[in-house]
Amino acid sequence: MVHGTPRNRSGIAAAGRLILRRLGSALLTLLLVSLVVFTISALLPGDAAEETLGQSATPEAVAALRHQMGLDQPAHLRYVRWLGGMIKGDPGQSLVANMPVGQVIAGRLPNSLTLAGLTAAVAIPLALAIGILSALYRDTGLDRALNLMTLGMVAVPEFLVATIAVLVFSVTLRWLPSITVVREGIGWAEMLRGYAMPVMTLACVTVAQMARMTRAAVIDQLSRPYVEMALLKGLSPSRVVLVHVLPNAVAPIVNAMALSLSYLLGGAVIVETIFNYPGIASLMVNAVTSRDMPLLQACAMIFCTAYLLLMLAADVCAILANPRLRGQ
Amino acid sequence: MGAAQDHVQVSGLRITAPAAGGQETPIVSDVDFTIPRGQVLALIGESGSGKTSIAQALMGYARGGCRIAGGGVRVGDTEILTLDASQLRTVRGSRIAYVAQSAASAFNLSRTIMDQVVETAVGRGLISRPAAEAKAVSLFRALALPQPEAIGGRYVHQLSGGQLQRLMAAMALMTDPELVILDEPTTALDVTTQIDVLRAFKRVVRQQGATALYVSHDLAVVAQVADRIVVLQRGRIREAGDATQVLERPADIYTRTLMAAARPPAQASPQRPAPQQAPPLLEVRGLTAGYGRVEAGVPKIPVLRDVTLSIAKGTTLGVIGESGSGKSTLARVIAGLVAPAGGQVLFQGQPLAPTLSGRTREQFQRIQLVFQNADTALNPAHTVSRILGRPLAFYHGMDGRARNRRVAELLDLTQLPAGLADRHCGELSGGQKQRVNLARALAADPHLILCDEVTSALDTVVGTAILDLLAELRRELDLSYLFISHDISTVRAICDDIAVLYAGQKVEMGPRNGFGDAPVHPYTDLLIGSVPEMRRGWLEEKEMAATLPPLATAQSANLCCFLPRCAARVEGLCDRLPPPRIVLGGGNELLCHHDGQALQHLQRGRQSAISP
Amino acid sequence: MTPTVPLREESMAKPASTAASRVRHWLSGLSTSGRVGLALVILWLVLGAAGPLLAPYDVGAFVSPEVFDGMSTRHWLGSDYLGRDVLSRLLSGAQYTVGLALASALLASATGAGLALTATVSPRWVDEVISRFMDTLISIPSKVFALVLVAAFGSSLALLLLIAAATYTPGAFRIARALAINLNQMDYVQVAYARGEGRLYIATAEIMPNMIHPVLADFGLRFVFIVLLLSGLSFLGLGVQPPNADLGSLVRENISGLGDGALAILAPAMAIATLTIGVNLLIDALPGRGRRITGGR
Ligand SMILES: Nc1ncnc2c1ncn2[C@@H]1O[C@H](COP(=O)(O)OP(=O)(O)OP(=O)(O)O)[C@@H](O)[C@H]1O
Ligand code: SF4
Ligand SMILES: [Mg+2]
Repeated sequence: MVHGTPRNRSGIAAAGRLILRRLGSALLTLLLVSLVVFTISALLPGDAAEETLGQSATPEAVAALRHQMGLDQPAHLRYVRWLGGMIKGDPGQSLVANMPVGQVIAGRLPNSLTLAGLTAAVAIPLALAIGILSALYRDTGLDRALNLMTLGMVAVPEFLVATIAVLVFSVTLRWLPSITVVREGIGWAEMLRGYAMPVMTLACVTVAQMARMTRAAVIDQLSRPYVEMALLKGLSPSRVVLVHVLPNAVAPIVNAMALSLSYLLGGAVIVETIFNYPGIASLMVNAVTSRDMPLLQACAMIFCTAYLLLMLAADVCAILANPRLRGQ
Repeated sequence: MGAAQDHVQVSGLRITAPAAGGQETPIVSDVDFTIPRGQVLALIGESGSGKTSIAQALMGYARGGCRIAGGGVRVGDTEILTLDASQLRTVRGSRIAYVAQSAASAFNLSRTIMDQVVETAVGRGLISRPAAEAKAVSLFRALALPQPEAIGGRYVHQLSGGQLQRLMAAMALMTDPELVILDEPTTALDVTTQIDVLRAFKRVVRQQGATALYVSHDLAVVAQVADRIVVLQRGRIREAGDATQVLERPADIYTRTLMAAARPPAQASPQRPAPQQAPPLLEVRGLTAGYGRVEAGVPKIPVLRDVTLSIAKGTTLGVIGESGSGKSTLARVIAGLVAPAGGQVLFQGQPLAPTLSGRTREQFQRIQLVFQNADTALNPAHTVSRILGRPLAFYHGMDGRARNRRVAELLDLTQLPAGLADRHCGELSGGQKQRVNLARALAADPHLILCDEVTSALDTVVGTAILDLLAELRRELDLSYLFISHDISTVRAICDDIAVLYAGQKVEMGPRNGFGDAPVHPYTDLLIGSVPEMRRGWLEEKEMAATLPPLATAQSANLCCFLPRCAARVEGLCDRLPPPRIVLGGGNELLCHHDGQALQHLQRGRQSAISP
Repeated sequence: MTPTVPLREESMAKPASTAASRVRHWLSGLSTSGRVGLALVILWLVLGAAGPLLAPYDVGAFVSPEVFDGMSTRHWLGSDYLGRDVLSRLLSGAQYTVGLALASALLASATGAGLALTATVSPRWVDEVISRFMDTLISIPSKVFALVLVAAFGSSLALLLLIAAATYTPGAFRIARALAINLNQMDYVQVAYARGEGRLYIATAEIMPNMIHPVLADFGLRFVFIVLLLSGLSFLGLGVQPPNADLGSLVRENISGLGDGALAILAPAMAIATLTIGVNLLIDALPGRGRRITGGR
C-alpha cells in the first residue's frame, strides 16, 4: 500500500529503536564478557604478589603484599570493585609496572590502532576489488586465479608469511627494516617502510576471508529475479553488479569485514611478536606471564569492546543500506 | 497476411537445458510463430511448458545454464540471435522491453522506483533525466497509479503488488519499445487488482502501438488481451491461431482439456445431513487473532477480528478472501499453531486449548492441516513411506508390516503408484506431492482437514484432479473440510458453505447457492465480478469501477472494513456506525448497512461469472 | 462435448538408486578442483591416521649427523635443525594436527549445531540465554583466550582441543541457528508441530537432516581455521609441547633453515598448505553449499 511521509518518519524511529536494541544487547554482552574475563583470570595460578617478590620471598611477605594489593579479598568483592572502577573509567593500578593501567595502555593502544587502521585501509579496498571482480567473472580463468590466490593466502600460517617477508625484503633485498620502530618524529617515508611488512602480513590474513565473503554475497544476489530484470533492461553486467547488486549485498559484506577487522587487534599477537611491535596484543601476553591481572583484564575488555563496536557498526551499515529499515 | 508484414518471426526455435552427465535436454523444440505489427500474441501453457524461455529468447536471453540451441528470431529487420552481447544490450530495454512475472521481486529493493524506471533511457543518453522523469510520471498517470508525481520516490516495500506491476509496465514503456514482452504480469495479483492492471496494460500498449507477447497460464485472462494464441505443451506448440477461433473452436484436444480445467464444474454435494441437535464438528466463536505481543486483547499485528464460523460433520466450508485477509491465520489458529487473542474454538463441542501444549493427542489426530505448497510441506529428507508412516506410528502405534500395508493403502486411496513409497519427495511431480500431502493427513484418520490453498500452486489440470480426489475422499470417509482458497470458482465447485473474509473480518457467510446471484455483500460482488470470463470482450463490457472519493474521516476500528473500497457505501452512515449483521432470504448472513433489497437493486445488472 | 484427454502428471525422473551408484553420482557431480580437494583431504586423513606406522624413524631420534640435510635415500625429506628425520617428524606432526583439528572441529560443530537446535525448538528465553553466551565467547579473541588458558593450566592436548573447540563453537552455532530457524518455519515442520510431535523429534527428525549439508561445509571451514590456530599457538610456544610436534611447531622450530630453503621447513609448510587448500577446494565444490557467510578466523 501507499505510505506517505509519516510512515517514513516512523521508519527512522524504527531504525533508531533497532540500533538502540543492538546497543543494549552489546552492553549486556560486555557485562558477561567482564564476568568471564574476571573468572578466567582468577583461574591463573600464582598471583602478582608472588611474581613481584620472586621465588625467594617468605610466605609472610607475600601475604602482606597480597593484603596491600587487595588480593586477599573474596573474588566477588574484587569483581564488584573492579567493575565499578571500569565503569568510572579507572581500570586500576598495573601491579607490575606500578603505574595506572590506563597509562600503560595509553602508551600502546595508539600503536595498535595505527597498525589496524593502515591494514584496514589496504585490505578493504583490495578485498572488495578481488571479491567483486571474481563474482563478475564467475567461473572464468580470472575467477579461478583469484580464488587460488585467496586460498593460498588463507592456507599459509601468518608467522610463515611474516618470516618469508622478512627474509625476502630485509635480509635478501635489504629494502625494509626487519623490526618496526615506533618513535616520535620519524618521517612519513620512514614510517611507511617500517609498517610495510606487518601491514602486508595482516592484510594477507584478512583480505582472503573478506574477498571470499564478498564474492559469495554478490553471487548469492546474482540469482535473484531483479538481476535478470536488470539484464533484460539492457544493462551491462558491471553496472548490474555495481549499481544493483552491491547495495543489496552490503549486509553480509560489512558483517564479514567487521569480523575480519576485529582480528586486527587481538589477533595481531604473532605479527607484533615477529616485528617486535609495541602493540596491545603483546602487552597482554606480558600481562599474562607476569600475572598482572588488572592489565590483563583491561586488555581483554578492550578487545571485546572493539569486537562489539565493529559488529554494531556493521549492523548500523546494514540498517542504513536497507530502505525498509531506515525509512527514507 | 504476408510474411513481409509480420513484425516478429520466430522459426524453428530450440532451447536446451543442462542435464546430468554433461548432456543437454531440450526444453523448447521446433517453435514457429509470427506476430503481425501492433498485435498481441499470447503464449499459453502449464508450468514448465517453456513459456518464459521462449519469451526471453526473443530478447536473446537464456536463463542460467540454458542455451538457445537453434532457430531464428527476427524482430523488424533484426536477426536477434546473431547479435553479439553489446548489440543485444542496445536492443534490450529500448526496442524490446520486458515485464517480469513478479514485480515485487523483479524490482531492486534498495533503490527507488524512479531510479529504476528511467535507468535504461537515461543511461543510454536517449533522454535527459528531468525529461525522463516527466515522461515516467505521464506513464504512471496513464496507468492509473495513485499520486503519479510522488510514487516514483518510493521503494518496493512501500507499494502494493498491483502498483508494482503497473510501475514495471511503465518502466518497459519508457523507451517506446516496438515489442513488449509481458510474462504472467497478473498471476501474482488478486482478481480484484488483476482487472485494473489488465485494463491499464491493454490501454497503454494499444496507445503506443506496440507489438506484444503475453505469457500466461490463464485462458480467461488471455481471452481479454490476445489477438492470437499459441498453446504450448512441454516445449512444443499444440495449437496456434486466431484468439476467437482457439477460444471458441479449439482444434486440439489438449487445448480443450485446458479449457475444461479452467472452470471446474460444481461437485454434487453429498446429501447434506439434516440439521442435528448435536453440536457442529467445529465451531469458531468471536475469534480475534494475530501476531506479536497481545495488549488489551489486541495483538500487535491484528489479523482476524471477531470471526464466527461453524462446520457441521461431513460438510465443507470454503473460506475465501484476498491475499493477506487472514485465511491461513485462521487455519493456523484452529490447528493450534497461533494462539488466539480472544474468542474460542470448539471441536465436537469441546473447547480446544489455545496452544499446542494444552491439546490432547486425540484432538491433534482429528484435525489435520494440509498446506498450500507441497514443495515446502513435505520434508525433503524423508521418503514417502516415512512421511506417511510417521502419523501411523504416532497416532495408531502401528509398526512393521501393518504400517507398510497401511502406507500402501493410503497411496492407493490417493491414486498414487505403490512404487512411490521409497522415493524422496524431491523426485515427485507437483501433483504427486500434493497427493502425498493429503495422504499424510488421511493417515491420522481425521474428522476435519484444514486445506490451505491446496490447489493454488498446481496447474489447472492437475489441480482439478486433486479437487476430484478431495470430493471422492469426502464421500468415502465422511470427512469435513475447511477449504481455503482465493479463487471463488474453486470454492464454489467443492464447498457446501462459503465464508468471505475481508481484512480479517467475516463479511459474508452462507450456503453456496446464495453466492450465485445478487444480492451479496458488496465485496463479494466485486470479487465475483472480477473473475474474468473466457470470452473476448468481457473486459470491455465490465464498466470501470468509479474512482471513489477519498474518505472524509479517518477510519476507526469498528467501522465497515470494506469502506475505503466500497462503491455502495452510504455517506454519513457507513463512515459513522459499525455495520449490522443481516440475514438475507437465501440464508446468507452479511455485515452491511444495506438490506437485501437495496443490494439486489445495486447489483441487478451483474451477470454471474460462475454460473455452472 | 467434454474433452477426453486422460489427466497427465509428469513422469518421475530418477530410478531408485543404490548407495554405490549414489557415491558415483556424487563424484561425477564434483568439479575437477573438487576432486583434487577430495584427494588431498583423503590423503591427509590417511597419513594422519597411519602416520606413526609409516614413519621410518623414531620421532625424537637424532639420526643424521647433518642438520638441514637435503633429500637422500635414507632420509627422504632430509633432516631437521637437530639432525632428526624430517619425514618421520612430519608424519607424526600430521597425526597431531589432523587429529587435534578434526576432533576440535567435530566438537565445535556438534556442540554448535546441538545448541542451535535446542535454541530453535525451545522457548524464547532459552534462545536468548544461549545466544548471549555465544556472543560473549565469540567476542574474546581466540589467541588471547588460548594464551590465558594455557597460562592457567599448562599446555596439554586435551586443553588445546577444548580451546579450539570453544573458540569455534560460537561461529558454528550462529550458522546452524540461522539455518535451523529458517527450517523451523517451513511448512513441514509446522505440520509436525500441529501433529502434536515433541520437540526432540522435531529437532532431530525434521530439522536436523535438512541442515546437514551446510553444517558439513561449515565444519570443513572450521577445520581449516583450527589448523591455522593450532600452528599459530605452536609459534607462540603454547601448542603441542616438545618432543612431540604438530605441523606448526615443525615450521617454527626449523625457521632458521628458511634462508637456505631447507626441506625441513618447506615440507611442513607445504603440508599445512595442501591440507587447508584441499579442504577449501572440496567445500567450494560441494553441491548447494548454501550459506558460507561464515566468520573470520
Ligand atoms: N508470522 C507472522 N508474523 C507477523 N505477521 C504475519 C505472520 N504471518 C502472517 N502475517 C501477516 O498476517 C496477515 C494475514 O496473513 P495470512 O497468511 O493469514 O493471509 P492469507 O489470507 O492466508 O494470505 P494469502 O492468500 O497470501 O496466503 C498478513 O498481513 C501477513 O503479513
Ligand atoms: S457497510 Fe457500507 S461500506 Fe460497508 S460494505 Fe456495506 S455499503 Fe459498503
Ligand atoms: Mg495463505
